[in-house]
Amino acid sequence: MRNRFRDRFRRFSAVVQKELTQLLRDRRGLALILTFPMIQLFLFAYAVKLTADHLPTAVANMSPDAQSQAFLSALSVSGFFDLKLYVETEAEVVRAIDEGRVRAGVIIPPDFAPSIERGDAQALVILDGSDSFSVQSGYSAATAVAQAYSLGLVVEKLNRTGSKMVTTPIQSSVRVLYNPTRDDLAFIMPGLVAMLLQVMAVNLTAQSVVREHEMGTIEQLLITPIRPIELVVGKLVPNILIALLDLLTITLAGVFWFGVPFKGDPWLFAWMALLFIVSGLGLGLLISTIAQTQNQAQQLTSMLMLLSQLLTGFIYPRGPMPPAVKAIGNLIPLTYFIRIARGIITKGVGITFLWSDVVALLVYGGLTMVLAAVTFRKRLD
Amino acid sequence: MATTIIQTRDLVKQFKTQAGSINAVNGVTLQVRQGETYGLIGPDGAGKTTITRVILGLLKRTGGESTILGFDSMREPYAIRERVGYIAQQFALPHDLTVLENLHFFAKVHGVPRQDQARRIPELLEFAGLSRFTHLVAGRLSGGMKKKLALACSLIHEPQVVMLDEPTLGVDPVSRREFWNLLGNLRVEKGLTVFVCTPYMDEAERCNWVGLMYQGRLIAHDSPQNIKKMVPGHLLEFTPSSITRAQELVTAMEGVLEVQTYGLMLHVFVDDVPRRQPEIEAMLAAQGIACQGMRQIQVRMEEAFISLVQSQSAR
Repeated sequence: MRNRFRDRFRRFSAVVQKELTQLLRDRRGLALILTFPMIQLFLFAYAVKLTADHLPTAVANMSPDAQSQAFLSALSVSGFFDLKLYVETEAEVVRAIDEGRVRAGVIIPPDFAPSIERGDAQALVILDGSDSFSVQSGYSAATAVAQAYSLGLVVEKLNRTGSKMVTTPIQSSVRVLYNPTRDDLAFIMPGLVAMLLQVMAVNLTAQSVVREHEMGTIEQLLITPIRPIELVVGKLVPNILIALLDLLTITLAGVFWFGVPFKGDPWLFAWMALLFIVSGLGLGLLISTIAQTQNQAQQLTSMLMLLSQLLTGFIYPRGPMPPAVKAIGNLIPLTYFIRIARGIITKGVGITFLWSDVVALLVYGGLTMVLAAVTFRKRLD
Repeated sequence: MATTIIQTRDLVKQFKTQAGSINAVNGVTLQVRQGETYGLIGPDGAGKTTITRVILGLLKRTGGESTILGFDSMREPYAIRERVGYIAQQFALPHDLTVLENLHFFAKVHGVPRQDQARRIPELLEFAGLSRFTHLVAGRLSGGMKKKLALACSLIHEPQVVMLDEPTLGVDPVSRREFWNLLGNLRVEKGLTVFVCTPYMDEAERCNWVGLMYQGRLIAHDSPQNIKKMVPGHLLEFTPSSITRAQELVTAMEGVLEVQTYGLMLHVFVDDVPRRQPEIEAMLAAQGIACQGMRQIQVRMEEAFISLVQSQSAR
């Protein structure tokens, strides 16, 4: 019994050593594996902005008076609109948007001041709907500015008529928890770490197993006393090491270079990441049992990455998704780990708040491993 | 009677294709005895690789029995793998490991103790002529050296039998000869049982037992000498001036058992050489066909094989 265990361990460590040697020998591939996540992190950090502000805006002010000037400067002060083009008519504003010179337009009709006195003033804000992010932020900004401005006008008017109201009846104040400055990077970073880990874990594993089939080397491995489980787990170990190294570098870069606050327990995060990596490896193994060539494996992992970006809550909230689409998202381990990562990094919560996702990942990792072990091709046919 | 090392009985392997199913191995019964060099000979697609893989448990058996060293191919694959060496037809060692790393890897997975490794690896390197190339990556070796490395790796755990699937495929003639000399040494020095698949008839002559495979069946099995004796009659070789007409005419003659073409030459099997040789020459001369260099030659494996295949398909 002890001998059998020793033999097993010896074969397993031989596979680990073989995989590590092969990994280290392919210098170019190794450099790519180690730098790819960093490049992605930097691209995302500098390129992705989820809220649009400082929208270039065209203005057609047909009522040049103090009231319209005050309203326009309120829009400008909000920081969402940069009034950079002044034109005469609505048509000119639309043309400027068509031509892409501006992304928003403000049209103030004639007799703005008198209609304010009457209480039926209107200002038209036009947004470039081809860019949904600028519509979203522009819309809410314009509404907020207009409301604040008209509320001010109401208060002023009441004061003038001698009523004793000096403050507005309701003051709403919103406090954003966890990410007070609503920094996009603080939102993106935990998800990005998770996403990159999944790509690495799934891809490395799928490729390394499929490669043996494609090159025919599986035949010479199968004819040795190596058991499938020893081969598979032996192949996973170097991938776990690589994924952990990637985890460390991108988290450190996120925290120290980009200043994303890390509120929770780093060790808890590391253990959760390990659990997540294992479920990613399981998914990679499943892909390797489906794909016959490295090319097919690559295509499957690309599809997985696309689905992950759309369905796991990485960028788009999962709340409004139809149940069927949500269910597909539930098949991807990233869905669970993104919540865990945001919980630990951004919110700083402990395992008591995360246990349902942790259990889901445990079940996921276990199931995929068992499934992969069962479907592993022990023979050539 | 020597012990049986490999035994199959009515072995069948069926492959399912879109067009239906094909019996790649169709009821083969063979036996390899200890210390023997058994050559499984046959053209490409005869089923040699398939039968080897089924015996080793690399492919699922459809029917019949197969054992190696007394272990059933399907039921005890790991007992087999611990005791057997194997070289796949295509080079299947990790290409990006060096010669030495490959040997160490296979030694370890076979559980060869460290002190035995220290002794055997230099021995095998020396034996395979790879001592100077230990730090070369396997993928960069020449075809012949790759095969020698594969042989060395398959011997690292001192197996009782090695199964070699077309080990000289894509290897130059000099390296082929060297490879076979290595196998010969193994048989003499260690009493190793060798099972080898090959399409080369000249290699069959180096085996002491030969199985001829054709279309999934074993059409003959015996020693090379006896196989050659299975061909009826004696063999005449000559170069006629018009080969197609000569072939037609000679085939129809009395006492001619079989005619094979061999390049521009005809190989004619006759019942009685002193009697038939002048008859053939006279008949062809009468038809205006000159024949050059007619002589009696020894039947080689190649002629024997073609003859056996022809009589098989005539049946």
